[in-house]
This record gives sequence, structure tokens and C-alpha cells, in this order.
Amino acid sequence: MIKRKIEELFFKVLMILATIIVTGSFFLIVGTIFSKGIPYMNLDMITKIPGGGFYIGKEGGVLNAIIGSLYIACGATVLGLIISIPVAIYINMYIDGEKFKSNLIRLAFDVLFGIPSIVYGAFGFLIMVYFGIRASLLGGIIAVTLLVIPILVRTLDEVIRTVPGELRDAALSLGATRWEAAKVILRQIRPGIFTAILLSFGRGIGDVASVLFTAGFSDNIPTSLHEPAATLPLAIFFQLGSPVEEVQGRAYASALILTIVVLIITVLAELLIKKFSKHKI
Amino acid sequence: MILQRIRFLKDKFISKLMLVFTLASVSLVFVIGIGLYYRSIPVLNKLSWFDLLTKSDWKPMKGLFGFYPFIMGTLWVTAIAIIIALPLSILTSLYLVEYAHAKIKRILIPFVNLLSGIPPVIYGVWGVLFIVPLIQEHIAPHFIEFSTGYSVLAGGIVLAIMIFPLIVSIITEVLTTIPQELKDASLSIGATKWETIKKVIIRKATPGIIAATVLAISRAFGETIAVLMVCGNNAVVPHSVFDTGYPLPALIANNYGEMMSIPLYDSALMFAALLLFIIILLFNIISRVILARLERNLTK
Repeated sequence: MIKRKIEELFFKVLMILATIIVTGSFFLIVGTIFSKGIPYMNLDMITKIPGGGFYIGKEGGVLNAIIGSLYIACGATVLGLIISIPVAIYINMYIDGEKFKSNLIRLAFDVLFGIPSIVYGAFGFLIMVYFGIRASLLGGIIAVTLLVIPILVRTLDEVIRTVPGELRDAALSLGATRWEAAKVILRQIRPGIFTAILLSFGRGIGDVASVLFTAGFSDNIPTSLHEPAATLPLAIFFQLGSPVEEVQGRAYASALILTIVVLIITVLAELLIKKFSKHKI
Repeated sequence: MILQRIRFLKDKFISKLMLVFTLASVSLVFVIGIGLYYRSIPVLNKLSWFDLLTKSDWKPMKGLFGFYPFIMGTLWVTAIAIIIALPLSILTSLYLVEYAHAKIKRILIPFVNLLSGIPPVIYGVWGVLFIVPLIQEHIAPHFIEFSTGYSVLAGGIVLAIMIFPLIVSIITEVLTTIPQELKDASLSIGATKWETIKKVIIRKATPGIIAATVLAISRAFGETIAVLMVCGNNAVVPHSVFDTGYPLPALIANNYGEMMSIPLYDSALMFAALLLFIIILLFNIISRVILARLERNLTK
């Protein structure tokens, strides 16, 4: 009897320890990034481009990377939405009855979701070579769009599935076409669309393996789609290896900026999901 | 009447358009595979699959491309990550589902989700700043004479933390679907909570745990930047956890700059990407099929 009680206690302690390690690692990571990044944070960091070359120059900040990241993440999310909203509607409104078909499509997107960003980067690079595009903002946007499409489709699909079927049936029975019914559904899931946008934006702004081959790198803010662009993750990755302390500092500060941005996005998405599930009919 | 016509035409047109979009994005799975294969043909013509996978000479200048060290590097890092992450994640999920108060759960689960939102490059920076020195100064000296800290162990630890959220979220979901009656039955005949977990819950959750593990392995396989930053990147087969390693994705990412100037080099790197793609595709399909079956059994 005592042995059983001890075993129970032992594993309970083990479970609590494991939980502390898993959730604690979040604080450890964020704590390290903050304590390293804050000393190098200043206004120049977010308002100036690097002076004298990103690898050796001691002056300036990472504005080029911030703007580049925003361009790529926004561009990819917009393009991704244009493609994934129709797909999510199609799966749920048009071939809803054909379970085999819709499940196969869902499986495809699950698989696409699991494909690592380096493969999307390599594939994006192939597309660029094929069409003769050089490493540029456009290339980066193409690669990241491929990366975020599965995220968008899966999130939208999940959201649309929470809408009760009666809503669609009611619209259809009033004589609406499937597309008109879909518009009703789209209005219903507006917060869900916003969640999908946030998730895709967060992934797009933070990913580096996909833009490594495709976006190039530049100290300047890109003014057209065909110019190479820096992104925050790339700036972190490249500048961390510099022997110059100030440049390394720029990497730490960039890491801090990226972490803050991504945390805000994730928290917002999390709150939205919660709110959304509360209003579920 | 005409208005009616227009509405139907519009519906038909949009449905066709959606079908095109859907087919185009679904076919991405095949297009990526075919594209990568097409680009790897030059190196496959020169060397056989078997040679590419089992030889360990990596001398691009001489046209020798042996992927064995990189495959071993990937396997070491992935294995270490799974060995660390799986028990911790299972214990955490069990605690969250079976023991934790609703209040504690509501506080803890968001942190697990936040962990999954952190970009890979941040994990890499953290690995360089925290894990690498930790191994160099505090862990390695107990076992070997000298280590820079850049090792497959560092890669494994960083990866383990990256896959925590994935495993925890799947297993907690699987655990919550286990019927309360089963647990009650076990508890009512006098089993302790842990005995119920050990004999009933774990057994019921095994397929879900396997699916989560397979999915986590495929995630660990493809992770690039974080492992690239902490593994040391030496094209030698690792023999201990403190050795440096050079996983496949890191190889692709690291050599992009020079690959166009050496013949067959870009083809070899595309072959590496193809290899990753095939393995991850298979693992993903396996785990998704298991999970889909679980879901179906549940709704029955």
C-alpha cells in the first residue's frame, strides 16, 4: 500500500518537474534574449539603416531589415489569403458531401504544413531560376507565400468548420447560390480570418530558411520588388557571426525586436481564438 | 430571369476558379517533389542513390558527394531531441490533463503555445548564448577533456524545446478524448491515479503518442537555422553527443553561396532537399493517417 502511494507521489513530482521545464524554457529563452538585447537597444536601431556595411560597420540600426520583414510578411500574407480563402470555402461549401475528396485535400495541406521551410526555400529558388528572377523582395515573397498557404488554409478550414451547418442550409434553402451562402459564412468567421492572418504573419516574419536563398540581403530599404531585401531573421543570422562587438549587438537587438513582435502577434492570435470560441453558437 | 442566370453563372464561375486554386495548391506537393527530383538528376546520373547515401567523402571540388555524415548528423540530432522531448512532453501532458486545476491549466497552456510561436532563429540565438556555453563549461568537462560546446547535444537540446509544443498539444488533445468512464472504472476498483494512467490511459493513448512522435521527428528532421547555429557543422560522422555534427538542412542552408560556381554542387544540394522532402512527406502521411483514424473512431 505504501509502495503504491510512494510511486504515485514520485510520478506526480516528476510530472510537475517536467511541466516546469517545458513551460520554464519559454521564460529562459525570452529572458536570455531580453537581457542580451536590451543593452544594445536604442532609437537608432529602429530608425536607421546600418552604416558602413552590415557585417563590419559599427554605426546605425536595422531599419532595412525591419522594413524588409514587414514587406515580405505582408506581401506573403495577402497573396496567401487570396489563394487560401477560396480553397477553404471550396473544401467546406462545394465538396462538403464528398468526404473522400475533401479529406484527401485536407491531408495534402497537413502534409504541406509539415514540409520544412528550407525545402520551400529550395523550391522557391528553383521557381526563381526557372523564371529568371534574381534574389529579391519578389523572390522572398514567393517563397514565404508557399510557406504560409498551408497555415492559412488549415486555420480557415478549422474556423469555417465551427460555423453551424444550419447557417449554410438556411441560406441555401432561401434560394441563395453556394457562393452567396459562402459570403454569409465569410462574414460569420471574420475574427477567424484575422487569426489566420496573424498566424501567417507571425510565421512569415520569423522564418529564415525560406528567405535565405530567395530574398538576398541588402543594407538598403528595397524600393522595388526586384531589389534584394534584408529581413530581421536574416539580419540576426548574419550579424551574429561578426567579429565586431557592435555588429553582434545589432544581432541581439534585432533578436529582441523580432521576439517582441512575434510575442505580441501570438498573444493577439491566442486571445482572438479564445474570444472566437466563446461566441460560437 | 436574366438576373437569376447571372447569379448561377457567377456561382459556377467562382466554383471553377476555386477548383483551380485548390488543385494548384494541392499539386504543390507533387510539383515540389518533381522539381527537386528534376534538379537532382545530374548528380543522380553520376552517382547512384546507394553511393550518395552511404559514402562519406564530401569533396564537391572533386565531384564526390557522400551524404552519409550529414544523414548521421541529422539522425543524431533528431534522436537526442526525441529522447529529451518525448518523456518530458508526455509527463507534462499527463499533468495538464489529469492533475492540473483548470485554473493552472488556463495559465500554463498559453505558455506552451507561445513557445511554438518563437521563430527558429531566436532558438538559435538562445542556443548560442545559453546552451553552447552551458555544455562547454558545465556538462562536457565531466565527460571529456575539451568541447567548444558546439555539438549534436546542443542541437538536440534546442530542437527538443522547439518540438515540445507540437508533442504536448497533440498528446493533450488525445488524452482529453479518452472517455471519463474508463478512468472512473479503474479508479473505482481501487487503482491510484498513477496506476490508472499507467495501465489504462497510456495504453489508450499509445497510437496518439506514436503519431505525435512521428510528427515531431519529421519536424526535427527539417529544422534548419537553429541546428545550423549550434551544431558546429563539421562534415564528420559524430560518435558521441559532444562531437560536432552537420545535419542535412544545415548543409543546404550553409552552402547556398558557393553552390552555383562548382559543377554538380547545386544538383547535390537539391538532392539533399529532395531527400528531406521524401522522408518528411512519408512521416507526415503516416502520422496524419494515424491521427485521422483516431478521430474517426472517436466520432463513431
